[in-house]
Amino acid sequence: MKSAIIVFPGSNRDRDMVMALRQASGSDPAMIWHKETEIPDVDLIVVPGGFSYGDYLRAGAMGALSPAMRTVKERSDKGVPVLGVCNGFQILTEAGMLPGALMRNSGLKFVCKTVHLKVETSQSLFTSGYSDGQVISVPVAHNDGNYFADPDTLDRLEDRGQVAFRYVAADGKPGNNPNGSQRDIAGIYNETKTVLGLMPHPENAIEALHGGTDGRGLFDGLVKALH
Amino acid sequence: MTLPNAAITDEVVAEHGLTQDEYQVVLRILGREPNLTELGIFSVMWSEHCSYKSSKRWLKTLPTDGPNVIQGPGENAGVIDIGEGLAAVFKIESHNHPSFIEPYQGAATGVGGILRDVFTMGARPIANLNALRFGDPDHPKTRHLISGVVGGIGGYGNCVGVPTVAGEVNFHPAYNGNILVNAMTVGLAQADRIFYSAAAGPGNSVVYVGAKTGRDGIHGATMASKEFDEDSEEKRPTVQVGDPFTEKLLLEACLELMERDCIVAIQDMGAAGLTSSSVEMADKGGLGIELDLDRVPVREEGMTAYEIMLSESQERMLMIIRPESADEARAVFEKWDLDFAVIGSVTETGHIVLKKDGVVQCDIPVEPLVGEAPEYDRPHTPTAPQPMIAAADVAAPKASLGEVLALLMSCPDMASRRWIWEQYDHLVMGDTMIRPGADSGVVRIRDTDRGLAVTVDCTPRYCLADPKTGGAQAVVETWRNITATGATPLAATNNLNFGNPEKPVIMGQIVGCVTGMGDACRALDYPIVSGNVSLYNETEGTAILPTPVIGGVGVIENVNKLATPALKAAGETLVVLGQPADRKDGWLGCSLYLREVEGREEGAPPPIDLAAERRTGDLVRALIAEGAVSACHDVSDGGLLVAVAEMALASKTFGADVTAPEGAVAHAWAFGEDQGRYVVTTSDPAGLIARAESAGVPAATVGTVADGGRLTLNGMPLISGEELSRRHEAWLPKYMAAES
Repeated sequence: MKSAIIVFPGSNRDRDMVMALRQASGSDPAMIWHKETEIPDVDLIVVPGGFSYGDYLRAGAMGALSPAMRTVKERSDKGVPVLGVCNGFQILTEAGMLPGALMRNSGLKFVCKTVHLKVETSQSLFTSGYSDGQVISVPVAHNDGNYFADPDTLDRLEDRGQVAFRYVAADGKPGNNPNGSQRDIAGIYNETKTVLGLMPHPENAIEALHGGTDGRGLFDGLVKALH
Repeated sequence: MTLPNAAITDEVVAEHGLTQDEYQVVLRILGREPNLTELGIFSVMWSEHCSYKSSKRWLKTLPTDGPNVIQGPGENAGVIDIGEGLAAVFKIESHNHPSFIEPYQGAATGVGGILRDVFTMGARPIANLNALRFGDPDHPKTRHLISGVVGGIGGYGNCVGVPTVAGEVNFHPAYNGNILVNAMTVGLAQADRIFYSAAAGPGNSVVYVGAKTGRDGIHGATMASKEFDEDSEEKRPTVQVGDPFTEKLLLEACLELMERDCIVAIQDMGAAGLTSSSVEMADKGGLGIELDLDRVPVREEGMTAYEIMLSESQERMLMIIRPESADEARAVFEKWDLDFAVIGSVTETGHIVLKKDGVVQCDIPVEPLVGEAPEYDRPHTPTAPQPMIAAADVAAPKASLGEVLALLMSCPDMASRRWIWEQYDHLVMGDTMIRPGADSGVVRIRDTDRGLAVTVDCTPRYCLADPKTGGAQAVVETWRNITATGATPLAATNNLNFGNPEKPVIMGQIVGCVTGMGDACRALDYPIVSGNVSLYNETEGTAILPTPVIGGVGVIENVNKLATPALKAAGETLVVLGQPADRKDGWLGCSLYLREVEGREEGAPPPIDLAAERRTGDLVRALIAEGAVSACHDVSDGGLLVAVAEMALASKTFGADVTAPEGAVAHAWAFGEDQGRYVVTTSDPAGLIARAESAGVPAATVGTVADGGRLTLNGMPLISGEELSRRHEAWLPKYMAAES
């Protein structure tokens, strides 16, 4: 699997994503500076976590306008899978590639901790390494992860199976939402399930020494699906 | 505010924090009266904050060298060799005064400043730590200060993307008017690619990079060198404002440029801004620097030379580069949308010469400006020894020991800090191997199996009671916390926080703590390679507790062999290393137990036996490396039973059946704070104890790991792990949620 990571001024989990992709795919992703408009021919484009433009104006708002994002959108329209994590998710919503918005956490504080997620379906490029309804544990680290969309949009997301991950308690039951997101949503797909945005950081849970390897399934699944 | 063309009267000199004697030296150095800009430069360079005039004489007594030391004190940060051609670059620094006045920005810029100190030397920051001291929780300001400081530390470090992996927090009324915010950064560099600050090569360009200069923070260093009074709130404008986004760009741009062969020398603009950076670079190189202040990127119009030189605007750096490298360097900074300006050149004059509007505004010989900075041997009165308190003289508690255990573990000084560290991104970079809440934070060194164990510690109540013992204890506590992970402690950084050194009692505390610190560092081959001094932490005559914070760094060759405090398997035996099996009581003087249960803040603190410390620590490390112990935790605040309970809580699964020797004074045995001890678990207690005996380390079995969360002492239930955990976790969130 060939991949590319878009690097913005203020990206800070770009290197974490490199490690995850390297471990899963055996090759290093291309690093694309946000001012570039050329992206090599890759199987996966990643918009990484961090504080692009310092979260000034609104988290992800300025990153979404970067020259590289125009190319990301074009590639995505042609079906190239795009993964946005944390700030990457915020950028994808700001760029209109995913519906809804990420608001300030309901607790009004940055939150960094391990949470449990329910994998809503294994029927996607991104989740084929998991089973339906599997509960995985991965960390979150964000200030603005409170997913919001109007009720019609949320209903549509649910109806079309576009909810990718939900925050749950360790036993898989509802609860333990760290940011107040609507319907406990932690990650969503676009209509074709070729774009995934999620707040948690699977790239920080890929080795036993991280305290858990549940994030690995996402990358292994992608490598398998996109060989 | 003094006008730029004001005459230099006695009042103006005093306003600048210089004594008349000091001013006479200024006159002699210049051979004339200074103008206001020059006076301002002398004022900040000779402030306590920049000159260490009260502490230097004592700091010189600390050991600063060793086989691993690449760079000791005197540079932006200390540098040690950690093997495989790599170096750890680290330092701790205070931002106490600004954090009290404006907690969010004060703490945030404290983190920004220490990050710059580290990446200035060519290191990528890989771990942040902080040591915080707040006043009485019941003081009306405390909640607001915690909220702001924690928000500021998180707001800055999270955005820059450096994990905050360890820290400590204490509460005491002595900090009501002077909180302490000490921030430490550890960075990673190639051992042969360290960047230093000494200017070289007359004719080379002096380059300003980073954010623009504004009027913020003027006189911050001077503020940090005075006591607070009722008007201190008016000093808010002297607190700088941080921009972590610019810092992140500056970090990446500097590291990118450092991969090329452009930089001759580099220095961050911290306290006293452009003044101290340019003067220090010139002084270290034995050269002069000439600056054209019209070329300094400014944020506001009409700034005077005085304001430009004394501004403490954040996120700025000064570099010396060869003129032919300018275009290459400029391109890197332009890529990152940062200001890049050639503002002057290195000269052979040995003078710092500043021009503005075509006129020379300052001409000071650098050598005496630095070399003749005042240095005082201030009178010091030793702290009177406190009486020893025998365990037998402390009555058994009225409450059950289980209740006492819960009370200690939920008191402000011991309650869980989760509410704090969940606001810090402690996982970014993907190398956090031991998260906050354990003995040390551990970060792996990417692309190797190595890890760095990092910790900050100090027990101010010990330092107040007996400065020498307290100073030594702060050192050994960090050494133990690193050892408890299996890592080898290599070197330390110190942050000396004290009251007004012009008072002999306070100066006595400084001398005592530094002496004890030096003794411990020498005994453990654990040099101090960087540090910071924060004095005048007093408000209306009331000083803080003496708080000489130590930040320690150790290395473990294989992170797969790390030990953690969490109990691992039911049935394993709990062994205390460093404690004789026949010990039937414990040291309660100056303990948390005595304070929280008896309401007594008194008594001599527990003594430190440095030779025994070393023997025990060396054994613990060997046992961890061999895999002979399955969990390890050092015994500190609250004593043995608290340490065991912490190990149980960390496991979330196991409890402990603890056994005290027959005839033990249970409360003293359980909660005494005797030093030099570690609790370990093993499936082979006989082998472990034999091993300890042959190493000359006393050892005692003190119980077994239990299934489920139960905690018992001599068969009697203490408290359930669940209940203890609930109370331990509850205090801080509940406190912070309450209305002040």
